[in-house]
Amino acid sequence: MKASEEERRHTIVVLVDNEPGVLARVIGLFSGRGYNIDSLTVAEIDKVRGLSRINIVTTGTPYVIEQIKALLAKLVPVHKVQDLTVEGPAVERELALVKVTGDRERLVQALRIADFMHARLVDSRPDSLIFEATGTSDELDAFISLVEPIEVSRAGVVAIARGPKVLTSDRA
Amino acid sequence: MSTSPAPTADTAQLTGAQVIVKALQEQGVELIFGYPGGAVLPLYDALFQQDKIRHILVRHEQAAVHAAEGYARSTGKVGVVLVTSGPGATNTVTGLTDALMDSVPIVCLTGQVPTHMIGNDAFQEADTVGITRPCTKHNYLVKRAEDLARIIHEAFYVARSGRPGPVVVDLPKNIQMAKAPYVGPSAVPPRGYHPRREPDPARVEEAIELLARAQRPIFYVGGGVINAGPAACVLLTELVRATGAPITLTLMGLGAYPASDPQFIGMLGMHGTYEANMAMYECDLMLAIGARFDDRVTGRLDGFSPRSKKVHVDIDPSSINKNVVVDVPIVGDAELTLVAMLDAWRRRANQVSRERLEPWWRQIKAWQEVDSLRFRQNGQAIKPQTAIKRLWEATRDRDVYVTTDVGQHQMWAAQHFKFDKPMRWLTSGGLGTMGYGFPAAIGVQLAHPKATVLCISGDASFVMNMQEMSTAMQYRLPVKTFILNNSYMGMVRQWQDFFHGSRHAESYMDALPDFVKLAEAFGAVGLRASTIDELDPVIEAALKADKPVLVDVVVERMENVYPMIPGGAAHNEIKLSPEDDGPHEAISEEGMVLV
Ligand SMILES: Cc1ncc(C[n+]2csc(CCOP(=O)(O)OP(=O)(O)O)c2C)c(N)n1
Ligand SMILES: [Mg+2]
Repeated sequence: MKASEEERRHTIVVLVDNEPGVLARVIGLFSGRGYNIDSLTVAEIDKVRGLSRINIVTTGTPYVIEQIKALLAKLVPVHKVQDLTVEGPAVERELALVKVTGDRERLVQALRIADFMHARLVDSRPDSLIFEATGTSDELDAFISLVEPIEVSRAGVVAIARGPKVLTSDRA
Repeated sequence: MSTSPAPTADTAQLTGAQVIVKALQEQGVELIFGYPGGAVLPLYDALFQQDKIRHILVRHEQAAVHAAEGYARSTGKVGVVLVTSGPGATNTVTGLTDALMDSVPIVCLTGQVPTHMIGNDAFQEADTVGITRPCTKHNYLVKRAEDLARIIHEAFYVARSGRPGPVVVDLPKNIQMAKAPYVGPSAVPPRGYHPRREPDPARVEEAIELLARAQRPIFYVGGGVINAGPAACVLLTELVRATGAPITLTLMGLGAYPASDPQFIGMLGMHGTYEANMAMYECDLMLAIGARFDDRVTGRLDGFSPRSKKVHVDIDPSSINKNVVVDVPIVGDAELTLVAMLDAWRRRANQVSRERLEPWWRQIKAWQEVDSLRFRQNGQAIKPQTAIKRLWEATRDRDVYVTTDVGQHQMWAAQHFKFDKPMRWLTSGGLGTMGYGFPAAIGVQLAHPKATVLCISGDASFVMNMQEMSTAMQYRLPVKTFILNNSYMGMVRQWQDFFHGSRHAESYMDALPDFVKLAEAFGAVGLRASTIDELDPVIEAALKADKPVLVDVVVERMENVYPMIPGGAAHNEIKLSPEDDGPHEAISEEGMVLV
């Protein structure tokens, strides 16, 4: 396989006008062309200017990734697209709520693992615990596989470039 | 209702409908193609009470979009459509998709149920912005009257800037009836959307440097240059002539460069000329401008022009490196890029020898001698190619526009009708929409009342939007439709003959109407030519008529379109006409799945 055909995971961040339909357009762009979305998060980050930030984790060959970025950039409500995997380095974090149930022994075990892996206890009952864990997706994967939870809720990846470099709108 | 004081200029509040009409007027709209219904009655009422904008009543909303496309592509202006909610809006979907694929600037206004009823499955409610999201460049649902004027102006800006495309504005009925403030286009802060227009000068230098050194260069030019405007086409012609290189045009690009010029070597692609496809295969430098490496053009990708360096100029960054990886990508407007290229060329011109291209032209001439578009007109049965040729010859000294439908007739028209000017050839390239041609011709004729407007259609395609004969009659539009009647969905029959053992599943057009009587039923002129002797007199009579004409040209049924690059084949695997070409061997399995 040529390097140009190798699939790679990319974290792409997009600054958009917070208007109805913008998320549907972004998602439609992926689903309509058969591209993967591994993770997607969106929230308003500038109330005054009405801007939202979308963090997308996707997997594809270099050409597919280029195509995705060009297609995103051409959407009318999109201000800016940044590929943190290419333009890195970046900090990536994910948050998970992890519920563990079982007998005392199992819960004690889970508490030990949580302590060791810096997960926070946010709900405690005689027969269940809920942990809040943050970290890279890999760290969360590791934590989840160790505590063997009954239920998991993950927030998806948020990411930001390291250093003073900022993602700002080019638009007036 | 309380009586309000006489409105003054700044306190006067218009209704939403009046704001929309005023915005359209200020955008310079002359024509709207539409069809009324409950959800747009306020807007129709406002249109009724003014006389700057003319409304053209079509007979089906799909036709409204195609007519607006015809208007837009033959004038370079934005085409405007107005339809009601629900079925009115859903009927536009094919037209919108067509406009998106072929980069045609359209603003489509759709009625919607009142905002408080949205989501209730109200009568004639459809999720128009949801349905049209993938088939528009952008769309809007107007939820507040105060956004109305801004959104209408913005819709026009988005439709025409960058790579043009269709924009839908969904207008709930209560918004049309509410009082709404008006702002003019200049008061609308331009939305941040500013597609890049200026090419990177370093890339332009690189491209021209390659061109100056190339031994076997070719220009491969598409509809993007026509979209960039007539000035871009003039610049293109200057550059091509200055360099002495051959040029081929895509189906959408026909007319961007004069077909009568000796440097033009014909259309390329699936039914392009032998010389154009062979030159694409053998070139050492390909200069693609405003073309998008469509699968109908490239054939099998791993066999596409294997030894060339490739330069790609396009306004749309997502068109670059999409299907074919290029060496010199240039994002920019075709006109501005051509200015820069001409300048860069002229700075080098005295160091470049034209003689270096002589072997290349000798090779091209040898390919041209194959005469890949030839056909034999023998006997009285009219060959479809003859019909096109005669039509072209009969209209050469006229101001002529040609639209087509989709199928064999479309390809013969592209091959045998020669265009020396841009914006004269309108065909559905990307979507391949049967039913496009006739309504598009109506839009063209309205934009160019004195011009000769021809619609070259097929017996199956014409029937898809034949109701528009009523529109043509109402507005006395002397559109001349020539049906190349082979009693088949000819292109489907051709593929069945080639690739599916000649089993003609559902491709025979049984129970076709008598097209002459059909025309007469609408009050139009119906004519028929069944033999070669009848052809010229019928063309002459059709051209003389001052109302809609429908000509039934009965052509040889089993004629096929050649040359042909079968699906999954490369340019050098092009098939010539049957005399040279035994029975069709089965094509590759990968080829079979292609459409
Ligand atoms: C709306 C639509 N439906 C189906 C097709 C598939 N199709 C492509 S060409 C063709 C046959 C067209 O027949 P006709 O209009 O008679 O033209 P001919 O090929 O015979 O010249 C069909 C069905 C299409 N392009 N558009
Ligand atoms: Mg036919």
